[in-house]
Amino acid sequence: MSAPNPALGLRYFRRKAIERLAVGGMLLCAGITIFFLVTILGYVLYRGATAIDWEFLTSLPLPPGETGGGIANALIGSALVVACAAMMAVPIGLGAAVFVNEFPSAGLGRFVRFLAEVMTGVPSIVVGLFAYALIVRPFGSFSGFSGSVAYAFIMIPIILISAHEAFRLVPDSLREASLALGISKWRTIMRVVLPVSSRALLTGVVLAVSRALGEAAPMLFTAFGNPYWSLNLGKPIATVPLLIYTYATAPYEDWHRKAWAASFILLVVVLITSVLTRAFLRGKSNE
Amino acid sequence: MQSEPQALNRPLLQSRSGKTKARDAQVINLGDRVFYVATRSLAFCVIVLALLLTADLIRGAWESIGTFGLKFLVGTTWDPVTRQFGTLPTIIGTVVKATIGLLLAVPISIGSAIFIAFYVPKSLRPIISYPIELLAGIPSIVFGLWGLFVMVPVIRIVQIWLKAHFGWFFLFNGPAVYGVGVLSGSVILAIMVIPIVTAISRDILLTVPRLQIEGMLALGATKWEAIWKVALPYARVGLVGAVILGLGRAIGETMAVTMVGGNSFDLIHSLFDPVHSMASQIASEFTEATYGLYVSSLIYVGLVLFGITICVSLLAQLLIWKLSKGKVAIFE
Repeated sequence: MSAPNPALGLRYFRRKAIERLAVGGMLLCAGITIFFLVTILGYVLYRGATAIDWEFLTSLPLPPGETGGGIANALIGSALVVACAAMMAVPIGLGAAVFVNEFPSAGLGRFVRFLAEVMTGVPSIVVGLFAYALIVRPFGSFSGFSGSVAYAFIMIPIILISAHEAFRLVPDSLREASLALGISKWRTIMRVVLPVSSRALLTGVVLAVSRALGEAAPMLFTAFGNPYWSLNLGKPIATVPLLIYTYATAPYEDWHRKAWAASFILLVVVLITSVLTRAFLRGKSNE
Repeated sequence: MQSEPQALNRPLLQSRSGKTKARDAQVINLGDRVFYVATRSLAFCVIVLALLLTADLIRGAWESIGTFGLKFLVGTTWDPVTRQFGTLPTIIGTVVKATIGLLLAVPISIGSAIFIAFYVPKSLRPIISYPIELLAGIPSIVFGLWGLFVMVPVIRIVQIWLKAHFGWFFLFNGPAVYGVGVLSGSVILAIMVIPIVTAISRDILLTVPRLQIEGMLALGATKWEAIWKVALPYARVGLVGAVILGLGRAIGETMAVTMVGGNSFDLIHSLFDPVHSMASQIASEFTEATYGLYVSSLIYVGLVLFGITICVSLLAQLLIWKLSKGKVAIFE
């Protein structure tokens, strides 16, 4: 009946305006984030794609200043160092995760899980120092193996946490069904729990590998880099991320071009793993 | 009769009660016992690794700790020639870069997180959050490369402009033409921290009970009012945790900062001064350190960095855990 309260109308208008402002602000925030993603990805992919060729992938580096050559040794080196790291990290990470989830006794498991979360926060350069003090110094030489130890340290908590989360999703009824058949606990774990969560486990391992592949900081004083062909993990060995650092900070135009091409490779690996793991986990409820 | 099935079930069903240590192992057959011991020792491996890391750092830094003690933390001279080492300028450089980086990143991250959690329909959520997660997966060295060749030239132009127009302001009264320096380091850190803080904040905001927000809406609040007055206060502790976690990452970040931070030992006076952060100092000098005390001092820097990041990340985890009771996994 009565005319709408003018003060109320004003307030209504103000509230609506704030709402719009807030939504606009948030759109802007999301936009900025996506903008950075697109510019960085786009630029690296563009520069890399134009710099990459067959010679780059298959030949050895040439001396500084000469144009041409490639990074074949670093590609193989990275693969070797990370593979060796995975051989250490996967058993420890998965085994510890089994213990944490399947034997939830006396707080030890919870402590290990907590420790793993703390370990993800250790700066990668500190991990490099650790591998240096543990292996490089006693043996008196930079080595691919010390790089693997550093990578393993980075991978273990990632594998452990993702595996633990995967085991947690396995319904207890499955375990009980198996135990009720008189099957021992360890067989239940190996034959029921692990297979049921195998996709998520693999995802965790792949994530850890892709994370390690891109880490340059721990390689600075462990694997060290090597301009020659070397498959010996006991000797200095070239790795892709460290090579990008060396090439990017050197004064040669051709090296900069190679740094972009090498970054292209790293990015493609990251993108492929990300898409793959995503496709792998699709169908699971967690987003 | 009855005890048998219970013994079987106990390790599964009786979690967290604290006193089952012996019983877990006591189960039935040899295979189980071997399996238990094996996984337990693998779990111990994790603990041993963590202890080893701490012990190794302390042992490596021992010579420097013995020589300089805590004065190392407040010393402003870093001179390998006269064997004087003090790391205050780098600590300040690290903290300043990380703080400015966070100041830039936090509003953007929280804004994106609120947008994703409350405004984007559930079916479209992955389309926006997936690219942000992708950004989190890009290796630090790639950010460094991009920063060095693309971002630094842009920042150099901005710095020169700022100095020309606002040079009277002490923050802008520095060597603008370098491009590399505090500002560049902060901006690259902001870009790198945004996806981490966004992802965790989003997960935390999604734990806010739907009913509380709907209750607000039913009372006639606008959506923003519901978020501002209900969701954000509810999630406050966790959001602070997410920000602190981002701070930890920013402090420990190495490669990108090494490439765009400028790497100088002097105390900073303006936003444009080049300066080392702790991580970049270790990264750029370690292989050139020629004698024991020098190496040891760099490891000491690493030990300090380790201590700071651990404290920061413990604090973050405590806050996030407190809110979500373990529902949000802190995980890249």
